[in-house]
Amino acid sequence: MIEKIGFGFIVIGIAFDFFGCLGLLRFPDIYNRLHSSIKCVTLGTSSILFGLFLCEGFTPAGVKALLCILFLILTAPVSAHVLARSAHKSGVRLSKDSVCDKYAEDNK
Amino acid sequence: MRRLRWLLGLLLIAAILVGIFFLSIPSLLEWQSAFLKKAFLIMLLSASFCFLRILLGPTPADRIAALDIFGILILGFCAILGVTTGRGWYIDIGIAWALQSFISILALGKYLEGKHFDD
Repeated sequence: MIEKIGFGFIVIGIAFDFFGCLGLLRFPDIYNRLHSSIKCVTLGTSSILFGLFLCEGFTPAGVKALLCILFLILTAPVSAHVLARSAHKSGVRLSKDSVCDKYAEDNK
Repeated sequence: MRRLRWLLGLLLIAAILVGIFFLSIPSLLEWQSAFLKKAFLIMLLSASFCFLRILLGPTPADRIAALDIFGILILGFCAILGVTTGRGWYIDIGIAWALQSFISILALGKYLEGKHFDD
């Protein structure tokens, strides 16, 4: 029974990974792409790892998967923030459809 | 033209998904269940999306973002292989890859901003 719940978590994670990567391919500029593709990390791969923990139980591999979830949730927003900030400072423009740019207004 | 490209991409992705779900694709590994094999193939499809973005991204920031997501997808591959084969050491490869990927993304972001590494 608990293995089937783990497989369910793996299905949720794979769906988030697939649609996040589709957004990475489809969206118009770097900020929108970061917005969709960071869902791959915090929801997609984390729930695949949680499914692995449910399948394996408290073996060394399962506990390592839990530690890996903790590491991912701590570091993925940091790397996304660093990327968006450095892209804005290096002069990557927003797409034509975007409405306002608060970061540039604040740094005038 | 734009709509035609959109429709062509949609048809291509739908054809690949139908192929993954309904055709039997030969593989070298012995899979524990057919579900895990399909899961692995869908992850390969999304990794190919990341690779396409690395090839044709217009700015360097796009390429760095796609590289970040590619490293995270490799962690997912390692987790699925760990469930399939029952060997615990696959997840060690994933943890090492995620650590290295995080530090390299920080360094590349610093480089993109136009500063030295020790600023």
